[in-house]
Amino acid sequence: MPKNEPVAIVGGKITNLSLRRWLHSLPGVDKVGLESRAASLGTRSIKTASKAWALDAAIKMMDLTTLEGMDTPDRVRSLCLKALTPDPTDPDCPRPAAICVYGDMVSVAKQTLGNSGIYVAAVATAFPSGRASVAVKLQDTKDAVKAGADEIDMVIDRGAFLSGNYMEVYKQIQAVKNACTRADGTKAHLKVILETGELQTYDNIRRASYLAMLAGGDFIKTSTGKVTVNATLPITLLMLQAVRDWYDQTGVLIGVKPAGGIRTAKDAIKYLVVVKEVAGERWLTPDLFRFGASSLLNDVLMQRQKLKTGNYSGPDYVTVD
Amino acid sequence: MRLDVKKTYKLFIGGKFPRSESGHTYELTNPKGEFVANVVLASRKDARDAVVAARAAQPGWEGATAYNRGQILYRIAEMLEGRREQFVAEIRELTGASEKQANSEVDAAIDSWVWHAGWSDKVDSVAGSMNPVAGPFFNISTNQPTGVVAAFAPQKSSLVGLVNTIAPIIVTGNSVVVVASESLPLSAITLTEVLATSDLPGGVVNVLTGKEEDLAPWLASHQDVNAVDLEGTSNPVDLEMRAAETLKRVVRPGTFQRAGSKGSLQQILAFMEVKTVWHPKGH
Repeated sequence: MPKNEPVAIVGGKITNLSLRRWLHSLPGVDKVGLESRAASLGTRSIKTASKAWALDAAIKMMDLTTLEGMDTPDRVRSLCLKALTPDPTDPDCPRPAAICVYGDMVSVAKQTLGNSGIYVAAVATAFPSGRASVAVKLQDTKDAVKAGADEIDMVIDRGAFLSGNYMEVYKQIQAVKNACTRADGTKAHLKVILETGELQTYDNIRRASYLAMLAGGDFIKTSTGKVTVNATLPITLLMLQAVRDWYDQTGVLIGVKPAGGIRTAKDAIKYLVVVKEVAGERWLTPDLFRFGASSLLNDVLMQRQKLKTGNYSGPDYVTVD
Repeated sequence: MRLDVKKTYKLFIGGKFPRSESGHTYELTNPKGEFVANVVLASRKDARDAVVAARAAQPGWEGATAYNRGQILYRIAEMLEGRREQFVAEIRELTGASEKQANSEVDAAIDSWVWHAGWSDKVDSVAGSMNPVAGPFFNISTNQPTGVVAAFAPQKSSLVGLVNTIAPIIVTGNSVVVVASESLPLSAITLTEVLATSDLPGGVVNVLTGKEEDLAPWLASHQDVNAVDLEGTSNPVDLEMRAAETLKRVVRPGTFQRAGSKGSLQQILAFMEVKTVWHPKGH
């Protein structure tokens, strides 16, 4: 039996009991150690050529996001145009990895982006709360995939997770993964949003990460951006440890996406330092690490302009979305 | 025996009193060459932080009613009056001025705040206009604050030059990052303690101390600064060229008198933009 089969990893038939035994046998998280490690990595000073590299990398790893009730087709279109030409004064400026929108905006985004190579990610499964029947969640996913979404960002059922019903969460992720299958048999990439701000403890976040990886998520993502606590450096560090250990154990590469609350280039660079130090350089690619952000791009662009011209830039010199 | 508790002279950014990001300081001496205090040597990062704070504070300050801004400026004068002795002592210590000279400088500074406070709700009545146009429109020109101003206080003045630099900028709703005189910065720092207790929103006035030549190029070229007042700078031509890289108002050194107890309306208007609106006349 291959070592990356769920049954081999859990050590027996997948039931709620076996999942529970497996998840609760994971080592507990040292809260103080985790937070101080994240804080110490955050103090690294990244300058000049390294900074220029990091800023470009941050743009390439960005999922430029608009997830508002007030999103209009024009708003999504203008965001797509911004992704196509982030900095009109600099043709060498790289493009973000993807545009992240609600499912009903996928066709608009797809149309605007054309074959530019920028992916369209859609949030699905009754985002952000995840409170809907499984049938509705699956249909939500299928609609987005059918409209052309390259990536699906699903939310886990936090209620089921917190009440210890791990099997339900596992089954839902698997079902959504199946729903990501396109007509031609290929699959949209699946990012599993753990909504770490609602999971209460670091131990829970570690368990949710493992559960999502076991169920077949291609990425584990911190947050929806719709609750008070979103991505933080310690949480991202914890999830990066999980994907690193998962790769050592199974040989499967899983990506990590912190989302929400990352607004400045300085913050983004801290995350990149953590990626390199915890997971390794292998993860410093848009295939395995993404930022979910909306206002981050402007700050990174201003920092790029500062490096290029030597003058401090201002918001008058980037587009306001 | 009791040790003196010496004051730490710090920066004033966003309503807070941080030490420099760089941790650098410089020594101040009196005319006899004796040590007076260690003062923060602000770095370009401090200047950048100050611009961010000033930008954040500006819309709220502009949005306050002119009457409210006038009240706050008047309140600054009141608070300054209450700390007169400290200002007199610091001016005398650094410049060697007589008590009478120092007192008259503080008087002028207080009077200047009051003079400027009065202008807050009158600028538009005097400088705005109703323009005749060939059509059924009211055509009205009003003056709006330009935004964030970087200013360099005169090097040879302790207090009154600084007040006559800040007051005309903030009275109309601009925010300011001001670099104090390098050799006479004590009054500037003590003034920030007055500002912090005068209901002035944090970030409207930000005070940096240090070398003007270290900070000026960064502020003059900063794309998020709308105007520069180059009064206390040593190399204004170079700075004006840097400022010309972006759309920025420039006030050259010597343009305005900064010694007295009054400013000038021209100086207030130097940091304003004219906005003209066409409003249809109903018939």
